[in-house]
Amino acid sequence: MLLIPCPCCGVEAAETEFHPGGEAHVKRAEADASDDAFMDYLFHRKNPKGVHFERWRHQYGCGKWFNLARDTVTLEVFGAYPADAPEPPAAIREAIAARAAERGSI
Amino acid sequence: MQRYSAFALARQALNHHEGWERAWRAPDLKDRYEVIVVGAGGHGLATAYYLAKNHGITNVAVIEKGWLGGGNTGRNTTIIRSNYLQEESAAIYELSRGLYEDLSQRLNFNIMFSPRGVLMLCQTEHELRAMKRTAHANRLAGVETEMVDPARVKQLCPIMNVDGPRYPVLGGLWQPRGGTARHDAVAWGYARAASDLGVDIVQNCEVQGIDVSNGKVMGVRTSKGAVRCEKLAVVVAGHSTVLADMAGFRLPIESVALQALVSEPIKPVMDIVVMANTVHGYMSQSDKGELVIGGGADGYNNYTQRGSFQHVEETVRALVETFPIISRLKMLRQWGGIVDMTGDRSPIISKTPVEGIFVNCGWGTGGFKAIPGSGWATASLIAKGEDKVAAPFSLERFREGRMIDESVAAAVAH
Repeated sequence: MLLIPCPCCGVEAAETEFHPGGEAHVKRAEADASDDAFMDYLFHRKNPKGVHFERWRHQYGCGKWFNLARDTVTLEVFGAYPADAPEPPAAIREAIAARAAERGSI
Repeated sequence: MQRYSAFALARQALNHHEGWERAWRAPDLKDRYEVIVVGAGGHGLATAYYLAKNHGITNVAVIEKGWLGGGNTGRNTTIIRSNYLQEESAAIYELSRGLYEDLSQRLNFNIMFSPRGVLMLCQTEHELRAMKRTAHANRLAGVETEMVDPARVKQLCPIMNVDGPRYPVLGGLWQPRGGTARHDAVAWGYARAASDLGVDIVQNCEVQGIDVSNGKVMGVRTSKGAVRCEKLAVVVAGHSTVLADMAGFRLPIESVALQALVSEPIKPVMDIVVMANTVHGYMSQSDKGELVIGGGADGYNNYTQRGSFQHVEETVRALVETFPIISRLKMLRQWGGIVDMTGDRSPIISKTPVEGIFVNCGWGTGGFKAIPGSGWATASLIAKGEDKVAAPFSLERFREGRMIDESVAAAVAH
């Protein structure tokens, strides 16, 4: 079971308190964009085997949306950050890079 | 190929069963194939078999990272049905169910197909209306199903509590020719028959890269060396995105974990498959006596092939209300598989932006029932460049917004 920190209310709780909301940082296609751009926006997903940046909602808590960095293979949670952040904050990216380096050295 | 029969069994018994051949060959990888199928699960093996059987293309390799049938083919709850809402779905799933009927004879391998009947419960008014609609759609599509009332439900499955306090049974959608089959045997049967027709099945061989030149596939790099091919079929379920990334195109797929569990073996208590979609649980009894139980998929991207405890609890809690008899059963084993979900919960059988690469994926939580039909249609698409059953399931539908929406029709793991 995942332990997830909520950056909005500061609680760290089991995943049953949260609801997953899919890939984060998906950019909406412009109204006059091509069909291909809309297919990309609506359906295509990164679905990485590794670190995934994703949206979660603290459904049975403060009710707010936020983003989470999590590994889809080890299920390690690297940290949460606000839903409106355009990209993951430096601290989380560093934690991910440190873990990757550690794994590379094994 | 050494044929299996009662006579062969008797003859081998006289030799203390020491004269049996290997069921399929274990060849080395050649330098070049006409078609390479990545993934020796049911769908990949069926694709290879029908390429050889229906289209005479025998210069085929099936390469597999792990062992044959070790992915979702060996991890499902073996349910076979074709009571889907949309016409396109009914066509492929009914083709598949029909092929299952005499597959044991055709493959000369007992897949233990058991058309014991599949009952989908209606436990809310909304579900009752939706299932009635599906029953009408099935009738139009030529799929044999019927709506049954609670009394008939009780007759079909006496251990069911049809007057449950929270979710009383209001009716059911009954498909008498649905049922189960032995999942491993389906993979083994296709492997044996395909191998006999000249298909090379290479296990423990991981694809590490796909060579593409001028938008056309050239071959694959594997842990056992590079192989060239004219056509490449990617049939890898949960890892479809990983392979698509290697070839440089995107897929509308998300990989999530789906799990199942079995109880300790008990005497026969139910001889049909029951699916309760409202409470997210389904159950049948295996020939060994174990109750085979499945539930809903996890909600988040996952490549771990493990389940999560809270889903076991949810599934079992829901089923105990409908089947009070199971409340004191111990659960023996639990396992998970990585399923490839599409937005409309319908599969993808399609050409891709890279010439010569075909994908068969997106079966999500319901791929086992589709193995024969999926292999049949994919083989035809690869051999002829088009197939009438596969056509609606192309990747183009996501660009055109032409969804085959089964997510509302069965918003549950199936």
